[in-house]
Amino acid sequence: MVKKTVSRCYLTVIFLFLYLPILVLIVLSFNDSKSRVLWGGFTLKWYFSCFRDETIMSALTMTLKITVASAVLSTLIGTLAAIGISAMKKNHRAVMLGATNIPLLNADIVTGISLMLLFVRFTNLGFVTVLIAHITFNIPYVILNVLPKINQANRYTYEAALDLGASPLYAFYKITWPEIKSGVFSGFLMAVTMSLDDFSITFFTKGAGVNTLSTMLYTELRKGIRPELYALSTLLFLLAFSLLLVMNYQSDRELRHHPTVIRRSK
Amino acid sequence: MRRLMRQLLAGPYIVWIIGFILLPVAVILYYAFTSDTGGFTLENIAAIADPVHVKSIVLSLKLGFSCTLVCLLLAYPLAMILSSFKFRHQSFVVFLFILPMWMNFMLRILSWRLLLSNNGLINTFLERAGIGHVKMLNTPASVVFGMVYDFLPFMILPIYNSMARIKDDIIEAAKDLGASHLTILVKIIVPLTLSGIISGIIMVFVPTLTSFVISDLLGGGKVLLIGNVIEQEFMQGTNWNLGSGLSVVLMIFVIASMALMNIFDKDGGAAVW
Repeated sequence: MVKKTVSRCYLTVIFLFLYLPILVLIVLSFNDSKSRVLWGGFTLKWYFSCFRDETIMSALTMTLKITVASAVLSTLIGTLAAIGISAMKKNHRAVMLGATNIPLLNADIVTGISLMLLFVRFTNLGFVTVLIAHITFNIPYVILNVLPKINQANRYTYEAALDLGASPLYAFYKITWPEIKSGVFSGFLMAVTMSLDDFSITFFTKGAGVNTLSTMLYTELRKGIRPELYALSTLLFLLAFSLLLVMNYQSDRELRHHPTVIRRSK
Repeated sequence: MRRLMRQLLAGPYIVWIIGFILLPVAVILYYAFTSDTGGFTLENIAAIADPVHVKSIVLSLKLGFSCTLVCLLLAYPLAMILSSFKFRHQSFVVFLFILPMWMNFMLRILSWRLLLSNNGLINTFLERAGIGHVKMLNTPASVVFGMVYDFLPFMILPIYNSMARIKDDIIEAAKDLGASHLTILVKIIVPLTLSGIISGIIMVFVPTLTSFVISDLLGGGKVLLIGNVIEQEFMQGTNWNLGSGLSVVLMIFVIASMALMNIFDKDGGAAVW
């Protein structure tokens, strides 16, 4: 009984440690005063000025553009690559997977710098370079989500469909796609979260005019904290909450009680 | 023939690997081993022995170790409790503990700056309680604090996952055979969760070792980690060769620490993932 109480207390303490900072941000976003400690009444004005703020809104649009474009492209390239890799001989496959591990294992700062060193030799830094960088670190996550699905799938059904006269595209759509669909979907979602959260790699590969939310926040935080950022935090927390609910629901249907583990480095 | 056609689908990715994974590594190695005039040199690598750089490497390792240790000590009991309790909505409770990980990490730093600052909530509270003002922001401790907050979920998740896989029967059997709680923990639970512990350590240690943003924003420019030194070489200074040299050293440190961890992992199955 005592053990149970101690356990529950411990859970509560860690829970508070994790959520208190977020709670403070949410409360302050409704605070009608610039003070960080005094409550000046309820207001929504920070939300309105947040939506009217040029810096915040352009960073938000840029983030969405890069996230969607890089997630879609990396899912496409990564899924095709996973299908190709699964058909390779053992040692070719090992080489491909080894190369795939490089961006996963390398520190973000080193990946970012090495891409920047390459880009500046050929072109100016800007939207395209950030996009290429994001696709580069997203593809491995897609491959690692799709490859197990392909390996689980029965490879002979696809062959059989071809032998019975189905076109490769039709056979893919009817046979392979249903088996790898969930892997492709979770790879896509993971690419989205990686892109949304990345700072270091974007920081080194962006040009002067391009800012995503993370790099914009970095610049803002070095200047000071504006109340509009509280409102932005609250909105983004709600977004993360709903995104993860969807992901959790998705993985719950496949594998109960084993939320996806992912590695991210800062 | 069909097999070859399928392999061709990996074509775009092979191009991508060559262009944007291997080539950048080659370029950074090129910069690291040449001087600004283009001649071969080992100076940029040897620069790590410079007292300033040694100091920042030592500080990075120190903060990285402390952060990893604190995370491990906090996360292990938590994972044990989470997997032992039979909640009605267990997966939702686990979900709550990893949710903060999905919030943009710049915003999590923002909230700690807010709480720790001189006129922030914690200091106001301390003053009202009569304890007085404590300088918290811009110290190495605040950097560790921010890192622990940022990376704790990465320690919780792999340990919890390996813990959840332990079958109740094994624990029951040990109890029936007269093992004490401590024996069960040391002889059964820890060995069976070792790969989870190692994944957790890698997932926390590598980012803390290479981080430069947390130390910048919570250390107020006074805590110079190796990541900050490299960033400054590229963003403020103009010595890209030196910056590349230090990056290569950092890369070696990361690979070495992972190799070291893999030796301890006898299963060989420690997915970093």
